[in-house]
Amino acid sequence: MPYIPHTPEQTQEMLKVVGVASLEALFQDIPASMRPRSFNLPDGMSEHAVCARLEELARANKTDVISFLGGGFYDHHIPAIVDALSSRGEFLTAYTPYQAEASQGSLQAIFEYQTAVCRLLDMDCANASVYDGGSALFEACMMAVRATKRSRLVVDECLSPIYRTMLATYTTNLQLELVTVPHGGGVSNVQALVDAMDDRTAAMVVQNPTFFGTIHDYTALFAQAKAKGVVSVLAAYPVLQSILKTPGQMGADVAVAEGQSLGLPLSFGGPYLGIMTCSRDLVRQMPGRIVGRTVDHQGRTGYVLTLQAREQHIRRAKATSNICSNQALCAFRAYVTLCVLGPQGLARMAEDAVDKAHYAATRLAALPGVRLLADAPFGNEFAVVLPKNAHEVVDKCASRGLVPGFPLGGYYAGMEHVLLVACTEKTSREQIGHLAEMVGGML
Amino acid sequence: MIPDDLLYTKTHEWVRMEDDEAVVGITHFAQSQLGDLTFVELPKVGDTVTAGEEMGSVESVKAASEIYSPVDGEVVAVNEELADTPEAINEDPYGEGWMVRVRVTGGQPSDGLLTPEEYAELLEE
Amino acid sequence: MRTIFAKSVPGRAGTLPDAPAAPAAAHLPQDLLRPAAPRLPEVSELDVMRHVSELSRRNFGVDTNFYPLGSCTMKYNPRFMEYVASLDGFTKLHPLMAQLRGAGHFTQGALEVLYETERLLCEITGMAAFTLHPMAGAHGELTGVMCIAAYHRDKGNHKTKVICPDSAHGTNPATAALAGYDVVNIASVDGMIDPEHLENALDDDVAAVMMTCPNTLGLFEHHLDRIVALTHAKDALLYYDGANLNAILGKMRVGDVGFDVVHLNLHKTFATPHGAGGPGAGPVGVAERLAPFLPISRVVKLKDGRFFLDYDYPKSIGYMAPFYGNFGVVLKAYAYILRQGREGLTRVSEYAVLNANYMRKRLESHVEIPYDRICMHEFVASAVAQAKRGVKALDVAKALLDKGHHAPTVYFPLIVKECLMFEPTETESRETLDRFVDDLIDILTLAESDPAALQHAPHTTPVGRLDETKAARDMILTDDA
Repeated sequence: MPYIPHTPEQTQEMLKVVGVASLEALFQDIPASMRPRSFNLPDGMSEHAVCARLEELARANKTDVISFLGGGFYDHHIPAIVDALSSRGEFLTAYTPYQAEASQGSLQAIFEYQTAVCRLLDMDCANASVYDGGSALFEACMMAVRATKRSRLVVDECLSPIYRTMLATYTTNLQLELVTVPHGGGVSNVQALVDAMDDRTAAMVVQNPTFFGTIHDYTALFAQAKAKGVVSVLAAYPVLQSILKTPGQMGADVAVAEGQSLGLPLSFGGPYLGIMTCSRDLVRQMPGRIVGRTVDHQGRTGYVLTLQAREQHIRRAKATSNICSNQALCAFRAYVTLCVLGPQGLARMAEDAVDKAHYAATRLAALPGVRLLADAPFGNEFAVVLPKNAHEVVDKCASRGLVPGFPLGGYYAGMEHVLLVACTEKTSREQIGHLAEMVGGML
Repeated sequence: MIPDDLLYTKTHEWVRMEDDEAVVGITHFAQSQLGDLTFVELPKVGDTVTAGEEMGSVESVKAASEIYSPVDGEVVAVNEELADTPEAINEDPYGEGWMVRVRVTGGQPSDGLLTPEEYAELLEE
Repeated sequence: MRTIFAKSVPGRAGTLPDAPAAPAAAHLPQDLLRPAAPRLPEVSELDVMRHVSELSRRNFGVDTNFYPLGSCTMKYNPRFMEYVASLDGFTKLHPLMAQLRGAGHFTQGALEVLYETERLLCEITGMAAFTLHPMAGAHGELTGVMCIAAYHRDKGNHKTKVICPDSAHGTNPATAALAGYDVVNIASVDGMIDPEHLENALDDDVAAVMMTCPNTLGLFEHHLDRIVALTHAKDALLYYDGANLNAILGKMRVGDVGFDVVHLNLHKTFATPHGAGGPGAGPVGVAERLAPFLPISRVVKLKDGRFFLDYDYPKSIGYMAPFYGNFGVVLKAYAYILRQGREGLTRVSEYAVLNANYMRKRLESHVEIPYDRICMHEFVASAVAQAKRGVKALDVAKALLDKGHHAPTVYFPLIVKECLMFEPTETESRETLDRFVDDLIDILTLAESDPAALQHAPHTTPVGRLDETKAARDMILTDDA
């Protein structure tokens, strides 16, 4: 009986204390008619056997490929200290810090996380995380809906299609109107976004860098939104945010981000991290847990979960959100990553990735018939138009151990020839050389 | 703690009629149930309110409660001080802790408000 | 304890990556760049190690303390599961890899994990199909209720309401509201859903009844078959909140008894760590008639034994997660299920229930147990008598911290006054339970003789009771506020 410490004698003694004859007698409330029709599970396995089985499954995945996949999810280096600290049982095996006196470690770590992401994004307030970048965007839109009492959401088509499909799903039953403003060849169509905002619009949502990797300054757009009473929502990329003009500087009301790039492995899609920040006047609309600083009766500084009256366990059907569990340990990893890299380390990571992406773009654009999708500034990711179907090129390259990027035909109509290519600081110039040679050989 | 010159609601708001205007707050009982208040959300001047419908909310650390308008009318004044000092509602619910002043439609409060005696009975239950 | 920001020394470097060949300004116009670096801490790696290690000593976890937090299933988190989730073959796998037509074979191991976990969860619960996409319990609730909404829409039913008992977790009504429904609360009678109350509330507008079984009082619902029949008679669906599944593994399968939708909390029953609040995972299982509405993608096994992601479900509610859910968490739960097997999982529930009843029995002459009968994996006590002498449930909870135990859940469920809710889980030994009960009895005895001594507990923790009102009024949410 793995992980059950009872000896047979103890079991008998305990049953006697309870006053029943057998373990089975404890389940007398479940009538015979409700007992399982089957419970046909395999026999238990030893720890060794389970590990061997999972090692076998892990080997069935092919990860020793050169990959230029990104799309908002990037293979940045994870400092070893992140694993060391996040595996400490005091954090790993704690619950949500409802008992503040016994949870000052978690609470102060979250408070410092909130501080770090606010400084990174240049925003006033942060929560302790939501599930991922997409659910963060949805929650940001709902903040806007509550704050403005309006029901229309204007979304840039340059926003990740993954997030746009999530938004469409989440808003299905909510009597909200979702308006998508077409992109202008891999960049935001700012004038169209301005025109799309009306007096029923709650939120206007853009992403920087865009899904295509292009970089914008949305200051003027956000000013227009403000003039129309619309909440500006920006989805950011934390690593690049160390060098890019910030959401706060641009005047965003809510800034969210997928935090995966900060110390979280790609892990086939999760667990990731929804970073959520906002301006001070919107903080009461922000869902999820928030840590605040206070004092105890002796005047000692301490930290507590605060503004809980917004949350489901108190306000139930009228809560700002139904969120309960969040991604606290992922936020903790991001926090350690931000601390150990510091401003200089994070900026190096970003600048190196940007530099390598520009080298890759130059090499690819030099191939016959290949051009960049947008003539616009970009960061560590860019879209190229190939002279043939990008899916075919990817398939052929992949079979030779190199994934040259992500083909966009499935996400954007008319983009069957477009390939989205990402670099990180881990990408080598040699790998970029292979990329150019292999793609060139396919054309 | 139930002043006899006020009218009350079943949801623990109080009303003081001053000519055709109603001053509204929450009762001593309501604030004592909620505990130390940390936040008050009130309608804006010019908003229309309807008897029995939500017009704001109050929060403490462990509870939140909606405030329901006792009357139909238009908000003519809001106690802006409460944004910074919600504790005024705890300390002086019928005075400094007043919330809004409403110009009552038709000049009269709607039926269904409780007298002090009726409200006292409600609390007994 | 000072913050890491207070320890920052300008110019001190942490763990630096290589310097770039060219700065960002070589590639990007100045007006797109931030004028000053973010004010992140400038500290050494050792500074971070010391700071965070010190933080860790200011925390209770299952690893360090008994943690009988009701409704949260704080059982031991076996470490081989961490090893499994850290294997390179999983951590280095980019989720978009599975969406490349020609590279599907790159992710066969991961897809097999998803497929097999779904199958195992189907067998454990008796449901027809599962999705692993939901990223937490409440997220699973939302997924499940959205499937219910889609089912009714597809049938042409016009339904506007969801029924929750007053003992429900707050996430239930919050979820129903987020899925566009009005919430109807029904009052419990003797700790149970009352079939007559339910019948009165069940009209043709009701889309679903959400319930937890055993409920949040730790009691098995006596009228379950009635509830199922009443609900289905109105073409409403029955939702099972899986927070308390740890009580019934191998003893009842929710699919067999008529539930239509269930979410599970892998971070509770299946032993994945709570991580100070997450990540969890909230897979959702459904009956056959609801399977077409599950989120996409779905994992499918082909005749030749290969796995692929299928997006061709036109009635699906759509995309709840960016990819396939919290895969790293699913991996751990999969490993846990394999390790336990049929016999092990059955024992989990038997011993979880034994431990709860043993504690209840040992406590019953010292504190009021409002529903003092055989309970399932948890039970509630009420400190009403102690509160009359000035010692509230909160004071008892804080005094337990001083004895080195995490507190039980307090003031939930809402229907029990001065509620203390205990869930010991199966992984705790009799010795631990005895020590806890002895300490709790000492506290309850002290509550009689010297109530004032408890009103300021705890004393042994890094800070005493914190001023939560001040926190909410001041709203100092960052080191800059």
